[in-house]
Amino acid sequence: MKDDVKAPVIFAKDLNLVFETNDGPVQALKDVNLSIERGDFVSFIGPSGCGKTTFLRCIAALEHPTSGTLKVNSIPPDEARKARSYGYVFQAAGLYPWRTIAGNVKLPLEIMGYSKAEQEERVRKVLSLVDLEGFAKKFPWQLSGGMQQRASIARALAFDADILLMDEPFGALDEIVRDRLNEELLKLWARTGKTIGFVTHSIPEAVYLSTKIVVMSPRPGRITDVIESTLPKERPLDIRDSEEFLKIAHRVREGLRAGHAYD
Amino acid sequence: MRSILPILTVLTAIVALWYGAAVMLNKQWTYDQAARAGVTVTFSQVLADTMTQERPVLPAPHQVAKGLWDGFAGQKITSKKSLVLHSWITFSATMAGFALGTLAGIVLAVGIVHSRAMDMSVMPWAIASQTIPILAIAPMVIVVLASLGIKGLIPKAIIAAYLSFFPVLVGMVKGLRAPDGMQLDLLRTYNASGSQAFWKLRLPSSMPYLFASLKVGVAAALVGTIVAELPAGASQGLGARLLSGSYYGQTIQIWSALFAAAILAAVLVLIVGVIERVVLKRMGMAK
Ligand SMILES: Nc1ncnc2c1ncn2[C@@H]1O[C@H](COP(=O)(O)OP(=O)(O)OP(=O)(O)O)[C@@H](O)[C@H]1O
Ligand SMILES: [Mg+2]
Repeated sequence: MKDDVKAPVIFAKDLNLVFETNDGPVQALKDVNLSIERGDFVSFIGPSGCGKTTFLRCIAALEHPTSGTLKVNSIPPDEARKARSYGYVFQAAGLYPWRTIAGNVKLPLEIMGYSKAEQEERVRKVLSLVDLEGFAKKFPWQLSGGMQQRASIARALAFDADILLMDEPFGALDEIVRDRLNEELLKLWARTGKTIGFVTHSIPEAVYLSTKIVVMSPRPGRITDVIESTLPKERPLDIRDSEEFLKIAHRVREGLRAGHAYD
Repeated sequence: MRSILPILTVLTAIVALWYGAAVMLNKQWTYDQAARAGVTVTFSQVLADTMTQERPVLPAPHQVAKGLWDGFAGQKITSKKSLVLHSWITFSATMAGFALGTLAGIVLAVGIVHSRAMDMSVMPWAIASQTIPILAIAPMVIVVLASLGIKGLIPKAIIAAYLSFFPVLVGMVKGLRAPDGMQLDLLRTYNASGSQAFWKLRLPSSMPYLFASLKVGVAAALVGTIVAELPAGASQGLGARLLSGSYYGQTIQIWSALFAAAILAAVLVLIVGVIERVVLKRMGMAK
């Protein structure tokens, strides 16, 4: 099964997750069905509290569904986690303040037991991938927020995981920096062929980046629409003015609105 | 440099108050002496006398300063009157106890953070241990160990350790638990083992907490050592110096020993502070 290229990388069927809280149960995910193919760039978009983070954390086996089936690379998420099949980028960069940028990127490599030479080689490679070559010896507090976020992406790319999960990685950045990072992310995706799961609040960001856009709505968190992008794989920034782009953006907005009208 | 003026002002005020208090507390003895001799004394004579008594109730600042100077610089360091000797004795026991206490504190903290059973069982005992007055147990520890033939530095170090492990324990538990959920989740996504999480995340995160508690711990170790020197019938150490001073009413000796202890404490805390700066700087955590 695992070697079957046709099998979805992420497969969710009738997924439910209920958090037991002090003021009663919270249904964070309800009947989620989704399958993500190898090489997909999937964005999750929806209002706050609709379960985007929760779903991503389920894929990462940091949260456990109450019921339903979830497979990552055709195996249960926990086994996929142990097989180190994904890199996770959190909303905050979360770099260790006592490690240099290179040291931070090296962290997963040290844990996974890569050789010293291999560590150096990989750190050099991913730092240049995110445009941070000159900053290897700097400490995180010497970098801007956007640079820190790029370093945390480099950290998730340093080891050979074919899935990249990103939870609002650019949420705290300004529009210009965000545009640049979006462009870089697309190039990186094209170069590495990874499968990417990407949480965002921004419609243009979702449309610009994705091959597939998952629209979600809250209370209970569920998927209301899955949009397959018709945009070409090659995407200059000004594609955002094209009719095609606006059409998809419109459909996303409609989906979000429908979700709101629901309650 | 701007901070020097307020410091000097406060210092001057303290010294002035001290002189005032010395006059108030010591003048009775001058009047008593004069009455016994059947003479009357003028106020300026009283003033002069309260500054120079041999066994004043409260020695004047310059008397203590002279006592300190004599103790540190005016003696061969092997002399029984040398504060260098006594400070060294106290210092070495403090260091031994501090090392022992720090080690115990760290080991217990690691156990508490990693084992729920230890978390439930050790912490209450650690807290209870600190509610027992040290003055009550120090003599017992010393007597028991002496009956086993253990004397000198070790009993003092044990009592110093008894006082200093607690702040280290509390600080380290807090420090080792400092990493937030996201940082721990990150390591889970790497499928890191418990010991990897400890060495790569928990331990480095705990360093600022460790140093903060080491400063408290080293001062506590010094207090423990001095208390342990009081009942020991010890002839050496700042505690012994305090005790023999109070036997013979040598108030200047007592105050000199007290100040020597205070200076020692300040130096120890300062040294820990310097090590803290160096370590945190090398770790990139001091901005
Ligand atoms: N650990 C938890 N315990 C209890 N409830 C939780 C927990 N985590 C999330 N929830 C609840 O689950 C729901 C979905 O949360 P989630 O964080 O997935 O939302 P989100 O879509 O990522 O929102 P945002 O866009 O604000 O990040 C929310 O109602 C939230 O309150
Ligand atoms: Mg979220």
